[in-house]
Amino acid sequence: MACVTHLIRALRISEQVMNMDEKILEIENLAVEYRTDDGVVKAVNGLDLTLEKGGTLGLVGETGAGKTTTALSIMRLLPDPQGVITSGSIKFAGKDILSMSKSELRKVRGKHISMVFQDPMTSLNPILTVGDQIAEAIRLHEKISHADAAVRAQSMLERVGIPANRYSEYPHQFSGGMKQRVVIAIALACNPQLLIADEPTTALDVTIQAQVLALMNNLKHDFKTSMIIITHDLGVVAEMCDRVAILYCGEIVEYGSLEDIFERPEHPYTKGLFSSIPDLDTKVPRLTPIPGLAPDPSKLPEGCKFANRCSMRMPECVKADPPVVNLDNLHRVKCLLARGKDAKRHATLG
Amino acid sequence: MQSREETNRSRKNYSLWLSAWRRLRKSRMAMFGLALFAIICLGAIFADVIAPYPYDFQNLDETFQFPSAKHWFGTDSVGRDIFSRILYGGRVSLQIGLISVLISVTIGGSLGAIAGYYGGKTDNLIMRTLDILLAIPAILLAITIVTALGPGMFNLMLAIGVSSVPSFARIVRASILSVKEQEFVEAARLSGCNDAHIIFSHLVPNIMAPIIVQVTLSMALSILSASSLSFIGLGIQPPMPEWGAMLSAGRAYIRNYSHIVLFPGLAIMATILSLNLLGDGLRDALDPRLKN
Repeated sequence: MACVTHLIRALRISEQVMNMDEKILEIENLAVEYRTDDGVVKAVNGLDLTLEKGGTLGLVGETGAGKTTTALSIMRLLPDPQGVITSGSIKFAGKDILSMSKSELRKVRGKHISMVFQDPMTSLNPILTVGDQIAEAIRLHEKISHADAAVRAQSMLERVGIPANRYSEYPHQFSGGMKQRVVIAIALACNPQLLIADEPTTALDVTIQAQVLALMNNLKHDFKTSMIIITHDLGVVAEMCDRVAILYCGEIVEYGSLEDIFERPEHPYTKGLFSSIPDLDTKVPRLTPIPGLAPDPSKLPEGCKFANRCSMRMPECVKADPPVVNLDNLHRVKCLLARGKDAKRHATLG
Repeated sequence: MQSREETNRSRKNYSLWLSAWRRLRKSRMAMFGLALFAIICLGAIFADVIAPYPYDFQNLDETFQFPSAKHWFGTDSVGRDIFSRILYGGRVSLQIGLISVLISVTIGGSLGAIAGYYGGKTDNLIMRTLDILLAIPAILLAITIVTALGPGMFNLMLAIGVSSVPSFARIVRASILSVKEQEFVEAARLSGCNDAHIIFSHLVPNIMAPIIVQVTLSMALSILSASSLSFIGLGIQPPMPEWGAMLSAGRAYIRNYSHIVLFPGLAIMATILSLNLLGDGLRDALDPRLKN
C-alpha cells in the first residue's frame, strides 16, 4: 500500500517537473501590515512563493503566522482600511494582481481564483437554496440563461457527490460535510485555475475530513486546478500537497517538496512541529511540544523570530535576521544552522 | 423510493414566493389577517357598489342616528351615513398607509443598507443627516412639507413617508451590520459579486423579518399621522372622508354619540390588526430555516 502511494506521488511529481516553467502564482517579497489603533501588526514579512501550474502547495503554520493574510492578499480582500500591502508583488498567470482595478479583480475572483473557507456553516447564505448559490456563481462570470446555469449547477452538485434533486434545498437541510461539498462546488463552478482552501477540513470531523480531502484530490485532477491549502494539520499536507511552506511570524522558515519537509526537515521549528505530533510507529511516553509562544507580531524581534523558542539557539541568532539558504533548487531554509550545507551538498553532488 | 423522488422533483418547481405561500397557508392567524385585510380592501375598492348612500349625502332630518337597519353604523352630525363614509374613507386611508410606507421603506431602506454596508464616512454622512431629520418632530416635518408643496393626497403621502425614513434607515442599518460580518458575504465577494449585488441579493433577503414587522407597524402610524394632518386642514379636504378625519370630527360628540368615533376607530384597528397578523405570518413564512 505504502509502495503504491509512493509510486503515485512520484508520478505526480514527475508530471509537475514537466510543467515547471509554467508558474500560476508568483509572490515576491510580500509584506502586509495591519494598522490598528493599538499599533502596527506586521502579519507578513518578505514572503516569497511560487506555485507551478497543477501543483498543490501547503501553507503550514500556527495561528497568527500569516497564512490567511497571505491568501487574502492574493484575492486582494484584506480588511479595508486596516490591512495594507506595504511591499512586494503578486503575479497570477503573469498578471500583476496588485495593480488591477476593482472591476478587473471582480473578474478574477471566482472565475480564475476561488477560495474555500474554514467553516461551511457560515459560508453559505441561509436563505438561498444551495442550487441557486452555485448557479449564481456561474452566472456572475458567464453570460448564460437561468435554465442553463441551473443545469450546470446540478451537474456540479453531482460532481461533489450530492444528488441533483437536492438543488432546491436550503443550507440548513445539509450536514456540515455536505455543506463543505456545496462550498467546494461553488468554488469550482467556473473551473478556476487556482483554488485557495483556508483550513477546509478544520470544522469537520475526522471521517468527513477524509471524504472531503479525497473529493478535493479527485476534483483537482479532473479540473487540473492548482491549489493552495492552508492548514495546521500536517496530516492534511501529507495527503494533498507536493510543495510545503512552513510559515512562522509571516516568514517562510522552510520550503521544499513534500519529501524535503517530511523526511529531511532542517529548520528547528519544522523539526519541533514533527516532534509535537504522535507517530504510529514509535512509542513515546510524552510528546515534545515547542516551548513558549510566538512573539507579539506588533513587536517582532530584530534577529531570528524563532530564536526565543529555539533549542539550538546561538548568540548570533538574536543579532541579525538569518539569510535564506538554498539547500538545492527547491529546498530553502531560513536558519543560520543551514549555513554551509548548500555548499557541502553541491560538493558531494558534483 | 419512487414517490420520494417525485416529491423531490415537484419541490424543485417551487419558487421562494410559492413555498413561502405554502408555509403561510399553514398559519391560521396569518390567514385570518389576510382574509380581514382582503375584506377591508375589497370594501374600499367596491365602495361605489356596496355603499348604500353617497359619502357626501347629508340628511339633516337624520342627524346623530344610532346604528339601525337603515344606517348600519348610524349617522354623523350632519346626517351622513357612517358605513358609506367608512367604505369610501378606506380608499384614502389604505392608499396613504401603503404608499407612504412604500416611500419610506424604499428611501430609508436603501440609505440604511448603504450606510450599514459601507460603514465609515458614508455611514456617518447618511446617519447624521437622518439624525437631523429625527431631531425635527415628525408631525412638524410633515406639516412643513405639506405647506411647502400644498395640500393633496400625494403630498400627504410624501410628507408622511419622508418623516418615517429615519426609523427605517436605522433598523435596516442595524440589521445589515449584524449580517454583513458573516462569512457568506465574504464568500460572495470572493466569487466576484459587486457591492450592489451583495447588498440586494444577499443581505436584504436576510433581514426581511425586522423590515416586515416595521412595515406593518408604521402603516398603522401613517394612517394616524394622515388623520392628524387632516385634522389641522393640511390633509384630506372635506367632504372627502378619511378614517382619521372622521375620528377627529366625531370627538366632540364622544360623550353622547360615541358610535361616531367608534366605527372609524374600529376600521383603523381592524386594518392594523390584520396587517400585524399578516406581517407576523409573513416573517415566519419567508424564513426557510423554519420550514417544516
